[in-house]
Amino acid sequence: MKRLAIAVLLLGLLAFSATAGEVEVLHWWTSGGEAAAVGVLKQLLEKEGHTWKDFAVAGGGGDNAMTVLKSRAVAGNPPTAAQVKGPQIQLWGDEGVLTNLDDVAKAEKWDSLLPKVVADVMKYQGRYVAVPVNVHRINWMWVNPAVFKKAGAKIPTTWAEFETAAKKIQAAGLIPVGWGGQPWQEATVFETIVAGEGGTDFYKQAMIEADPEALNSTTMVKVLETLRMVKNFADKGAPGRDWNLATAMVIKGEAGMQFMGDWAKGEFVAAGKKPDVDYVAVAAPGTARQFLFNIDSFIMFKVKSAANEKAQKAMARLILQSEFQKVFNQNKGSIPVRMGMDPKLFDIPGQLSMKDFAASSKSGDLVPSMAHEMAVMPAIRGAIMDVVTNFINSDMSARDAAEQMANAVQAAM
Amino acid sequence: MSETRTRGPRTGGLEGILPRLVLAPTFVAILVFVYGFIAWTAWISLTGSRLLPNYKFAGFAQYLTLFTREPRWWVAILNLFIFSSLFIAFCIALGLILAVLLDQRVRAEGFFRTIYLYPMALSFIVTGAAWKWILNPDLGLERLVQQLGFSGFTFRWLVDSKMAIYTVVLAAVWQSAGFVLALFLAGLRGIDDSIIKAAQVDGASLPRIYWRIIIPSLRPVFLSSVIILSHIAIKSFDLVIVLTRGGPGYATDMPATFMYAFAFNRGRLAFGAASAMVMFLAVMALIIPYLYSELKGTRNA
Repeated sequence: MKRLAIAVLLLGLLAFSATAGEVEVLHWWTSGGEAAAVGVLKQLLEKEGHTWKDFAVAGGGGDNAMTVLKSRAVAGNPPTAAQVKGPQIQLWGDEGVLTNLDDVAKAEKWDSLLPKVVADVMKYQGRYVAVPVNVHRINWMWVNPAVFKKAGAKIPTTWAEFETAAKKIQAAGLIPVGWGGQPWQEATVFETIVAGEGGTDFYKQAMIEADPEALNSTTMVKVLETLRMVKNFADKGAPGRDWNLATAMVIKGEAGMQFMGDWAKGEFVAAGKKPDVDYVAVAAPGTARQFLFNIDSFIMFKVKSAANEKAQKAMARLILQSEFQKVFNQNKGSIPVRMGMDPKLFDIPGQLSMKDFAASSKSGDLVPSMAHEMAVMPAIRGAIMDVVTNFINSDMSARDAAEQMANAVQAAM
Repeated sequence: MSETRTRGPRTGGLEGILPRLVLAPTFVAILVFVYGFIAWTAWISLTGSRLLPNYKFAGFAQYLTLFTREPRWWVAILNLFIFSSLFIAFCIALGLILAVLLDQRVRAEGFFRTIYLYPMALSFIVTGAAWKWILNPDLGLERLVQQLGFSGFTFRWLVDSKMAIYTVVLAAVWQSAGFVLALFLAGLRGIDDSIIKAAQVDGASLPRIYWRIIIPSLRPVFLSSVIILSHIAIKSFDLVIVLTRGGPGYATDMPATFMYAFAFNRGRLAFGAASAMVMFLAVMALIIPYLYSELKGTRNA
């Protein structure tokens, strides 16, 4: 009798586990707002009866997580989903370990919800293998209007106007640019200038196709000269400075402006500052129509059990549904990747960002960010960043730097 | 070994096997995890591996790219050369001078010894963080001196790409000189007093005794210091990461930080492995002659 009871119990458990699966999710969203944002997805999945196994690896901007992921994949035991973005999705696709999400995509009409540029990043050989989570805009300029008022300067919309404004701020005894001297931050300013000075077509040639001719062109020389001009308006303590410390300089009114992605907004919000009153967020000079995007996404690995596959597909579906898109992006400070959501759910910079996201996806000015690993393979990104940071921190001429950039990119291919 | 010594008890089977049994796991572990992975890295460096390892032979292409098309590698090599030569020279000079001074039977020697050895107790991470703040022009020395009234004072090595490598030397010497001091002090204490007394009877001055007798007899200590310091120098990674992050730009990049960046951040595993092999060969070039002379020495003794 007892044995029968156990058998029934076991069967029941089996039946239960056949419908409810488990997802193991590798990510590095561990800081306060980010962890809360991920928690939303966990709750939604648990509501559908699945279990969520958190596999958070903190540190190194995801480098540590990637090392763990590689060793798990080599051992043949990858998690259900992992936070991987941009062209690296293709590298994982090449390894043949990713699952096909086309059935979910079709049922949920992903092709009409996502801009084509974004959908292409998520596909490997025409099939969806990854799900986008959010959109960050890179080409922002964060302005402290009080500093501009004190210096009698106008918020610039071109790089020439920037120089005039920066000189006035300098003359008023303040630091024009809050600069963080780390290679990725320098690359962020660099690509913003590539878009602003060179235009969208040049940006695509140089930063997406990594065309050596575009990299070693007179336009690039001009871009690099502008970059040096901007850098010269930074203070002496800039090398090695973290981005949030540079943001703090703008918040405290020590510096006039900072070029940084929209995660900088979190610092202003945390300091209790109001948009359009205490700080102004505008597109960086010359990039008003352009939208350099950084999109976080989850790649989905092939899983063995049917129940787990069901849970995995549920996760993919939930990520792009409005509920998660709303709560996640409100917490993270980014904007939804799902088009057509109500802008009123988000704050002022978020609304502007959503408007520009939709407009740029129509006009073709929606382009992936090089500095944030969306445009080129990590090896090429590294090669470009090496040259940019070396150019900024030495007295190398812009012409030599452009030539070296073309060479370095070819060597890294 | 003397010929007359018996070869251990042959009768007790367990007793004969036991030492080997006890040593076997360590031996196997070293074989796999040290030599096995050295071989694996060597093999990877000869492939075209990018994000994940693959085992298709691709020749010496990675080495060729490393030495002919990667300016950053040469910066790393030059930095290693500047860093290790200055680091070893200053550590030994400072360590020796301090040891000789401490050897003069000063009062409270234990107190001074502790002070000089103390930096050794800190990890390179702590040393790096402390010096990063000391050398930062906005927070540290420059600001302090300017606040004292010397407004023209500037000290910006940390943020100057030409001088930044010397700040790494400064922090590393501060950390390791005490250790060299301890080595030399032990060496000095090991020298037979009667030799020195004999020299004094012969009328030799103290500096002359040190220069002609004591320092030459410290030769083995010099050798071990150089070996220990140079492998610290070649492996230097944490100090650079904390103090400068390889910056400004990549001005203070070292082969170890270079390898990490390319193998793990940029998905160029084979390229990183090639740079690791070059580092490995550099260490071997130092260690093998040393081991050879040591082993030869014991065989002759």
